[in-house]
Amino acid sequence: MPEVFPALPLLFGALAAVLTRGRLRAVLMLAAPVVGAYCVWTLAPGTTAHIELLGYDLTPLRVDTLSTLFGYLFHLAAFLGVVYSLHLKDTPQLVASLAYAGCAVGAVFAGDLLSLFIFWELLAVTSAVLVCARGDDRALGAGVRYLLVQVASGVLLLAGTIVYARAGNSLDFNAIGTDAPGGWLILAAFGIKSAFPLVHNWLTDAYPESSPTGTVFLTSFTTKVAIYALARGFAGTELLVYVGATMACFPIFYAVVANDLRRVLAYSLINQLGFMVVGIGVGTQLAVNGAVAHACTDVLFKGLLMMSMGAVLHVTGEMRASELGGLYKKMPKTALLCMVGAASISAFPLFSGFVSKSMIVTAVLHEGYDWIWLALLFAAAGVFHHAGIKIPFFAFFSHDSKHVKTAHEPPTNMLVAMSISAALCIGIGCFPRMLYGLLPYAVDYSPYDITHVLTQMQLLAFSALAFTSLKLYHVYPPELRSIHLDAQWMYRRLAPSALRWVFLRLRGIDSALRSFSLATLSRVADGVARHHGPGGILARSWPTGSMMLWMATLLGLTLLLYYF
Amino acid sequence: MSGDDKQYVFDKPANVRRVIQGLLAVCLVLVGLDFVVHRHVVHPWEGVFGFYAMYGFVGCVVLVLLAKGLRRIVMRTEDYYDPATGYPGDEEEGGDA
Repeated sequence: MPEVFPALPLLFGALAAVLTRGRLRAVLMLAAPVVGAYCVWTLAPGTTAHIELLGYDLTPLRVDTLSTLFGYLFHLAAFLGVVYSLHLKDTPQLVASLAYAGCAVGAVFAGDLLSLFIFWELLAVTSAVLVCARGDDRALGAGVRYLLVQVASGVLLLAGTIVYARAGNSLDFNAIGTDAPGGWLILAAFGIKSAFPLVHNWLTDAYPESSPTGTVFLTSFTTKVAIYALARGFAGTELLVYVGATMACFPIFYAVVANDLRRVLAYSLINQLGFMVVGIGVGTQLAVNGAVAHACTDVLFKGLLMMSMGAVLHVTGEMRASELGGLYKKMPKTALLCMVGAASISAFPLFSGFVSKSMIVTAVLHEGYDWIWLALLFAAAGVFHHAGIKIPFFAFFSHDSKHVKTAHEPPTNMLVAMSISAALCIGIGCFPRMLYGLLPYAVDYSPYDITHVLTQMQLLAFSALAFTSLKLYHVYPPELRSIHLDAQWMYRRLAPSALRWVFLRLRGIDSALRSFSLATLSRVADGVARHHGPGGILARSWPTGSMMLWMATLLGLTLLLYYF
Repeated sequence: MSGDDKQYVFDKPANVRRVIQGLLAVCLVLVGLDFVVHRHVVHPWEGVFGFYAMYGFVGCVVLVLLAKGLRRIVMRTEDYYDPATGYPGDEEEGGDA
């Protein structure tokens, strides 16, 4: 079979979702990621395809171990997402989902910055459709804000690319670094999509507003493409270690108090991205392997958690912790699957998070970043606290909510998608070689030694103990109907208020200026009227006789002067 | 509370107590293993007895206390940004606030 551009099957799947309906559509949509993954499998590392465009040599296809790994990952995520949304009849959402996944695949196989930019922007547009999928005012507002931020990231990427290329560099997308011309612009573009601190709020704003199925897709692609881009372009940039540690730590405070459970997961997504960014910043083979491996396991366990919360939302129409609880009585399977995801994200031994997160933490410790190591340990304990315990506890246990009466298990396809994800989480956790074999560098690492397992279990068990005691002694903050201000306050409140203040001041100055000029004008008009108006001195008509008299006087005077 | 009168696992306080006791037992065993198991150590603090256990517990307590403090500063009502649009899920309740 000749090499096929690996994004095409998913994009054709999106087209098929437009043209077909019913069972045929389901079959075609399920087939698309499978065929796509097969295409990735047929591509030998080192394969490239070139096209000439406007005098630039572009490489829309470049195959190596890093792109292949993400290629498989995205097809797997797309497949799970399609299974999860099989019950859905909403054509625009289904089309956008597959097109979005296709663009993500295109982005990781793009061999040059211009091709990357094209897919980068297509990702923004297709995913914005998913953010708006619910169709209410909140979702539309979030979608517009989301699109603005994503397009800004694209513009920065394009600007950086132009500066980079004009300095005589080839457009090939390899290691860039911050010293390269345009490097900071490109890093900023990647940083926005990776949810760096202060530019992270698009994620926690938009993802929880999407539909149950839309959020599952959103969680899997945009941020992972950004992590891929960082790993390729900026591995070993030390700044990223500190940025990543900040990302790992600050969102967990928000996650503890956030009420919307998918918002809790969105904050915890940033926290997981923080681990990956630290790994990329450290830049050793073990660290980058850990970052990439963690991106893979995160797609699975975060996807699983989002799916389980999506199932709760689908069944109850509610996502706020303050309004949920007790659902284990009616949704035991969902609760169990959710707990598998929770155990994985918390990095329990034998679950997937453990085998990837421990690589990053080990690399950080061996490179001598002591404070960063402590920060990551704190973040790891915090993850268990908010994602591992809070999510299942407040959704499925805690006090009985009014939804318990009417709740039931979600549609079978949702359960199947969650079960496959859960099986993969446990599979990777128990047999990490499955994953390690696909990593960009050869791995000589085993997570399962007694020290690792014991210390991790101690950390987690005592986090759980802390949660339990705080809950028992009523120190734990109650779930309240509320939102919490974050960086978006700056552009949703501060900037509009500042503009309003400026315009109010300007209006004062403006009206003063206007009345002053009106007064001046009317004064001028009065003056003109006085002098030139009827009876004005300059507008009086003179009789011809007086002119003749004056002429005669002048002539007489001339005559007199002439004589003397 | 639920419509049917079926008793579920955690409706019985005894079962909740059992879970908590189980957790306590697990914690004790894990710390106890520090006596028996010789851990290999990269950073000197790792060697301190029960370091990970203590760090996990204290870290989480600090996390929650700081988060409570954070809440005092940044918590707002649900309609803070957009008073016109309610929260999804509230429609069928007839606008209770």
